[in-house]
Amino acid sequence: MASIDVENVGKVYSGGVRAVTDIKLNIADGEFIVLVGPSGCGKSTLLRMVAGLETISEGEVKIGSKVVNNVEPADRDIAMVFQNYALYPHMTVYNNLAYGLKNRGTPKSEIDTRVAEAARMLEITQYLDRKPRALSGGQRQRVAMGRAIVRKPAAFLFDEPLSNLDAKLRVSMRGEIKRLQRRLGTTSIYVTHDQLEAMTLADRLVVLNGGRIEQIGAPLEVYHAPASTFVASFIGSPAMNLVKGELHGDRLAIGPSVIGLNGFAPASGPVTVGVRAEDMRVAHEGEEALPFRLEYTEELGSQRLIHGAVGDQQVTVAVSPETELAPEMRIAVDAKRLHFFAADTGRRLAGKVPAEAKFVPAEPVA
Amino acid sequence: MQTKRTIFQNKLLPYLLLVPQLAVTIVFFLWPAGQAVKSSFEREDPFGFRTTFIWFDNYLQLFEDPEYLNSLGRTAIFAVSVTLLSMSLALLFAVAVNRLLRSGRVYTTLLLWPYAVAPVVAGVLWWFMFNPTIGILPYLLARLGISWNHRVDGTDAMILIILAASWKQISYNFLFFVAGLQSVPQSLVEAAAIDGAGPFKRFWTIVFPLLSPTTFFLMIININYAMFETFGTIDGSTGGGPAGATNTLVYKVYADGFLGLNIGSSAAQSVILMLIVIALTAVQFRWVERRVQY
Repeated sequence: MASIDVENVGKVYSGGVRAVTDIKLNIADGEFIVLVGPSGCGKSTLLRMVAGLETISEGEVKIGSKVVNNVEPADRDIAMVFQNYALYPHMTVYNNLAYGLKNRGTPKSEIDTRVAEAARMLEITQYLDRKPRALSGGQRQRVAMGRAIVRKPAAFLFDEPLSNLDAKLRVSMRGEIKRLQRRLGTTSIYVTHDQLEAMTLADRLVVLNGGRIEQIGAPLEVYHAPASTFVASFIGSPAMNLVKGELHGDRLAIGPSVIGLNGFAPASGPVTVGVRAEDMRVAHEGEEALPFRLEYTEELGSQRLIHGAVGDQQVTVAVSPETELAPEMRIAVDAKRLHFFAADTGRRLAGKVPAEAKFVPAEPVA
Repeated sequence: MQTKRTIFQNKLLPYLLLVPQLAVTIVFFLWPAGQAVKSSFEREDPFGFRTTFIWFDNYLQLFEDPEYLNSLGRTAIFAVSVTLLSMSLALLFAVAVNRLLRSGRVYTTLLLWPYAVAPVVAGVLWWFMFNPTIGILPYLLARLGISWNHRVDGTDAMILIILAASWKQISYNFLFFVAGLQSVPQSLVEAAAIDGAGPFKRFWTIVFPLLSPTTFFLMIININYAMFETFGTIDGSTGGGPAGATNTLVYKVYADGFLGLNIGSSAAQSVILMLIVIALTAVQFRWVERRVQY
């Protein structure tokens, strides 16, 4: 058990390619941290630097209170689960689990106990004599997990461990990883490009983009208050609608419609307005609303996503499956759930719209 | 295999298409091999007037001949040494090159050159280097107090042909080992590093076992090479001497048949060699894909 501190870490590959810039991240003992971002955002590089598989170009990584920049992976007291599992194909499951313990000179009886315990926890006891080749994807995944937990390391590092599994298995393994981590209380860093996996697993998630941290926060915090348009569009499914708007005092113009923000004026001039699909609904008769031209729908069973255009901007709205559809519709927006981002930098503009905000009749804007 | 089947309308055409390949096989393999088998059962008088059919006398004589048994032993030493030396050096080079990212290709190219050298030239090359009169190595060895003369000393001669033959074969082994090493997933090595195995241990417990199909394949190929394809190397350097110290089976076939003109015995020897090749090839086909796997 240990905390992990990443202090101003950067990675520059030989040849000058910069993968990671100025990462600062303090992970508490027992915390489950998920690094999430699109491919090429530097999340795996960061994980591999913590593991010791990549050299650290800038800054410091501390595990416990010890700086490990120049410590071999073996001596960092970490265990890693790889995307392709990296099981030793010529060894039985038992030997795969025991390999790390043998290398550390653990007594035979101790190895037996620990392997048996891990195998029982992961329900792979009956496969201990098999070679990895004779196992299914899910079983291999369990063995890979087992190899990490037998060592009782200070931290688990997961490098997209579920991306080779089919969708159904992924969901059940996801639950299992969470359950195991809770039970063992081991500090964990988990890398994924899947925002759903990130949301469901993380105590805190770290959204990375272009080698930099966009936002760190608890899943709901990030969901409800994304720090930038990147985070807004990356976290949550469907992605948050981002439309161009213009602020004049506390009046927000989106296309031909104007919404009164009741005194709230975070900026003036062009802004990017974010609104989640579930924060919009079909407007009642006579209510002020945005004109919406329906293009196509997606049925999700519990809800229906309707895709269309407001003015010339694409918008997705989540409605109940019973909603009546028409080619031309009107969409009401819960103004206090609007998010505002600077039009140029994409950073979030602070503050919330007061509850009483509502549409005002469309009129020429001064 | 998903190959398209062609149905020939003409019954003769498929056989006609096969004729060139069959002709080559018959003229250059089956016929001479048949002749060898036939000759191995015969004895010819010194002037070639009369041939007598003598059943297995040639074979029986061979196995009572101390020279032949000696040659068998020499061949075994030679083959095992060449295989071990060339494979271990090739593996060492391959591991070294595999660690390099950019310059690896240059080294690979350079290390391939010896393979392009003809066996006789390889033999002559090493013969020059080790030549007791004009060679550089005996001169240097003399400074260390080692007297080198492969013309007199059988052990020296054996070392010479082992070096020459191995040197040529390293390239081939190297190429296969490099390919083998590149197919070992990097993540396995990383997992082992995290599992607390040092570089040396990682190699012997993870990489080397995963290379075993390559290693086994090369072992068979190398034994074959050392036993049958080193005639030129030996002929270009020691010529089987001194006193039969480097007289391997293949060289003895040549020496007895073409220099000694004992066609019957030479034919019997080549038939035995042929059986050894067949056995080795059978082993290779039977086990290379089945036994060595994980």
